[in-house]
Amino acid sequence: MIKGEARCIITFFTVHQALRAEKVLIAEGFKISMIPVPREISSDCGIALAFACGDETRVKTVLDSNTVKTECIHHLEGKCK
Amino acid sequence: MIYFDNAATSWPKPPEVIVAMTDLMERAGANPGRSGHRLSLEAGRIVFNAREKVAELFGIRDSSRVIFTVNGTYGINLGIKGLLRERDHVVVTSMEHNSVMRPLRHLEEMKKIKLTFVQCCRDGQLDLDVLREALEEKTVLVIVTHASNVTGGIMPVKEIGRLVRERDAVFMVDACQSAGALPIDVEEMGIDLLAFTGHKGMLGPQGVGGLYIREGIALEPLVQGGTGSNSEQEVQPDFLPDRYESGTLNTVAIAGLGAGVEYLLKVGIKKVREQENTLIRKLIRGTKQIEGIEVYGPEDTENRIAICSFRLQGKDPAQVGYLLDREFEIMCRVGLQCAPAAHRTIGTYPGGTIRFSLGYFNREEEIGAALDALGKIREMV
Repeated sequence: MIKGEARCIITFFTVHQALRAEKVLIAEGFKISMIPVPREISSDCGIALAFACGDETRVKTVLDSNTVKTECIHHLEGKCK
Repeated sequence: MIYFDNAATSWPKPPEVIVAMTDLMERAGANPGRSGHRLSLEAGRIVFNAREKVAELFGIRDSSRVIFTVNGTYGINLGIKGLLRERDHVVVTSMEHNSVMRPLRHLEEMKKIKLTFVQCCRDGQLDLDVLREALEEKTVLVIVTHASNVTGGIMPVKEIGRLVRERDAVFMVDACQSAGALPIDVEEMGIDLLAFTGHKGMLGPQGVGGLYIREGIALEPLVQGGTGSNSEQEVQPDFLPDRYESGTLNTVAIAGLGAGVEYLLKVGIKKVREQENTLIRKLIRGTKQIEGIEVYGPEDTENRIAICSFRLQGKDPAQVGYLLDREFEIMCRVGLQCAPAAHRTIGTYPGGTIRFSLGYFNREEEIGAALDALGKIREMV
């Protein structure tokens, strides 16, 4: 992720799905990082996945095609899409 | 020293299993899925990878449906007690282990469930027509051991799966003896619930087993508690695997199991099966040269895993087991092997048998040495 680039954060209900997301996105060459869920986001699972918002559409496609279940995708301003 | 007790626990383990366990303890010994820090994440990845490997071994598409439990017995209990309600009808074979029989007998008492036993033949094998007749309109669950821990006999799981599917019942397979020794594909075999243990054919350590739950089958969890998810809720989460994995997992054992399954996937179940089949064929052929030995189970080794139960005429199995260990350093298991129903079926109750159970790491010369030992014990007073 380039410094200053808008960051998107995906939250999950279970760590199993978070780690599935990590696996399939890394396999597809995305630059992602696993982070503790930021305090401003209320979440069910302690681990979240951060990526550059510019990749959002492609990230969503990869997660959907691998049937990874997410809770929601948060933009920096903390809105859930 | 010759280890012929692989059906109780496989030994030795591939070195990779021990490395994976010590590596976890030294490098990533945090609680998986509880915190967001790097060690917790790393432990979580190790559990996740083990789950994926187990799913791959059994042809399971969605690894979240693989539940890790403390052992195979817990997995079986979860399937049985999580599913059955008052007065449900269950069909079960006469070759089952007590890990299946005892929870069923308990529910017979507590929930008045109705049990129908499918009587197997004297060699422990199942007649599909007898099973078909046992199925009723209201049958909820059919439980079959994939391979008997007493005779090693393999059940026609795929054919049974088809019959059970026609009746719209749930098909549960106890794969504690077969997992890692025989090919298993839950889709091809129509298996709805697959219980396994980690420390036998799957080459992992003791302390981990599990249950695969097909999508659409709702089981009541046996235990509720912390899962690291849904922490604001005081009710149990409804998503898998969390719903059935309350409390901290045995991460060390799961790390070992993951490495054991990875080893199996690398070698290939086909090769494991060929090796074990060569050994058991040699053993059974050899027993025929010893006068006064009676071998139980199916004649054709294609229909058995690497288990051979036998008796020496006029000898107490317990005494034979003792002599094998003390005089010849051969370790095996004697008695009823926790499966009285199976011994009744093959006619060896209550005395039991001497059971040699072989594994991938046994060698052909060990078979010869064991046969020599049996010949000598035969001559002893």
